[in-house]
Amino acid sequence: KPVTVRDALNQAIDEEMEKDERVFVMGEEVAQYDGAYKVTRGLWKKYGDKRVIDTPITEAGFAGIAVGAAFAGLKPICEFMTFNFSMQAIDHVINSAAKTYYMSAGTVPVPIVFRGPNGAAAGVAAQHSQCFGAWYSHCPGLKVLMPYSSEDAKGLLKAAIRDPDPVVVLEDEILYGIPFPMSDEALSSDFVLPIGKAKIERPGQHITLVCAGRGTDTALQAANELAGQGIECEVINLRSIRPLDFQTIAQSIAKTHHLVTVEQGWPQSGIGAEICARVMESPSFFELDAPAWRVTGADVPMPYARALEALALPRANDVVAAVSAVLGNKIDAVQN
Amino acid sequence: TKSEAKFEIKPYKLHKLDKGPALSTTLTSEDALKLYEHLAVLRRIETASGNLYKEKIIRGFCHLYSGQEAVAVGMRAAMRDVDSVITAYRCHGWTHLMGVSVLGVLSELTGRRTGCSRGKGGSMHLYGKNFYGGNGIVGAQAPLGAGVAFAHKYRGDGGVTFTLYGDGAANQGQLFEAYNMAKLWDLPCVFVCENNGYGMGTSVDRSSASTDYYSRGDYVPGIWVDGMDVLASREATRYAIEYCTSGKGPLVMEMETYRYSGHSMSDPGTSYRTRDEVQEVRQTRDPITSFKEKIISNELVTPDQLKEIDAKVRKEVDEATKQSKSEPEVGIEELSGDIYYNNLEPYIRGIHPNAPLEHVNVMPRN
Repeated sequence: KPVTVRDALNQAIDEEMEKDERVFVMGEEVAQYDGAYKVTRGLWKKYGDKRVIDTPITEAGFAGIAVGAAFAGLKPICEFMTFNFSMQAIDHVINSAAKTYYMSAGTVPVPIVFRGPNGAAAGVAAQHSQCFGAWYSHCPGLKVLMPYSSEDAKGLLKAAIRDPDPVVVLEDEILYGIPFPMSDEALSSDFVLPIGKAKIERPGQHITLVCAGRGTDTALQAANELAGQGIECEVINLRSIRPLDFQTIAQSIAKTHHLVTVEQGWPQSGIGAEICARVMESPSFFELDAPAWRVTGADVPMPYARALEALALPRANDVVAAVSAVLGNKIDAVQN
Repeated sequence: TKSEAKFEIKPYKLHKLDKGPALSTTLTSEDALKLYEHLAVLRRIETASGNLYKEKIIRGFCHLYSGQEAVAVGMRAAMRDVDSVITAYRCHGWTHLMGVSVLGVLSELTGRRTGCSRGKGGSMHLYGKNFYGGNGIVGAQAPLGAGVAFAHKYRGDGGVTFTLYGDGAANQGQLFEAYNMAKLWDLPCVFVCENNGYGMGTSVDRSSASTDYYSRGDYVPGIWVDGMDVLASREATRYAIEYCTSGKGPLVMEMETYRYSGHSMSDPGTSYRTRDEVQEVRQTRDPITSFKEKIISNELVTPDQLKEIDAKVRKEVDEATKQSKSEPEVGIEELSGDIYYNNLEPYIRGIHPNAPLEHVNVMPRN
């Protein structure tokens, strides 16, 4: 039965609020407006003012309040209307949420979820189009999830809410409206996915594509196209950026001997950079028959104009080109 | 000696309040001794901290509370077990008042096993029951404290949160975000501005367009309190608890006080103020000396009783100081301890690929 990512997220929050009185939602327009992107639709009507709370447009303040409530034992779901605005509050995500458990030698747990749409939307220019996967996954103490499908969205968000540590859930606005088939198991209220385990979206023996979030869509499209040319890609949807399931990546490389990473964020110090570094540092290096390549967003602030915007984000044909280069040993001296 | 005496309190200044805290208060001889002991122990802890820092046993930052003791001691005396506190990095005294032993505080400063954060937090990151730090980011504790108050209200446990910040933090934007939401949602939160005259080396007149900090919550009512008088501090806090628990929402409480030391141990505290200024406060407004004179002249206690307390406090802090120097640091395995409540990383990466660390749970899980 097809369910949109938006509805899957809504189910996850609803089920966890039903289950645990300590869970509440706080953020801009989450209650009476039904959510800026309608992820929290209907929850205010069902749970009321106490548990679904509209905040003023003051990210540092409400993120801090949510973290304080977590210090004191509640389980807040702090929605950022988009993660671009989380930069106003990043001190509370990093300094207040991620580090307190360690600094307090385990006496102050911080069971909070920060969630909202992340990365590029359509036609919203530079300040509203940025992936924070690399930023948040940089910081120990946080767990960072990036769902792709409806099943991912529901299972990962439920896991995040139940988790006793601070979790950042990076959703994607473009994916919100996309329906994905969901199994009966995934539709049940017991369904939850493990944090830190990647999913092989498509098995293949010629090359490994590692991706997450909307990058998974790009990688799968490319894999489809390449299958027509007799190239079978193994597509690994990371689901979790931190912890990173390197074991699944390594096993795949041992089979395919080739690697391309796909993400929407900027290249420098990005998710692909991290994966390549881990390959370099491990026996996977010896499995490679060619250099690993990263397909990323271009190293530019996001432009507004349609044609330029399209060139700033990786598309399926970019992945196809990268795969062809890596598999064809056509890697000459490149400027990077 | 008498069993109790009545004391007048220097008038409060009120903002958007018809009626303030009581202008006189009754003090029993028993409470007088207790308050005196708390004041004395806080002063002594800071003297010990300063010495440990000079001996280079305390590392990094170290911010002393000497001069400001009446604020914390008076407030704590009025607080109930259900109430909570969050403060800035000048937190040694508060930590002790919230139930951590002198050794627990001093050993944290020396980075040892018996420290209340096992030596992993240091001077600015001390925690205890209902005590959420010790926060090193100026102003960040304001919304955090409002969040703790939010939890009190959510649970309906009747608790009030005291969120302390200095006159420096009083200009941070997130404080005003916190005021706004606390008032919108009637959170039981008392925002306590400890105005010691200087944010680092910048005097209030050079940092704040309005130095009436008690009025800067605008729509949040406020009180100015003589923060050098432990009885004023206690009485104002009683009032604040009464105010917040009656569902009226937050309150701002400005405690005018003074710090004798520099901003931190690396600041001699003499370039932006005169030695005479510090001396004058010590001689005329010291919170301990003035309280001592009051309770002796009113025959609530005898000088000998106070001498006895002084000796007891000195012994306790001296012993804790000694032990805080001889305790071992925690084992190296705790480098990767308690990063996560529920760790899911296969291992914690060390400084190169061949030095993986194992995540350990040191704090017992409930």
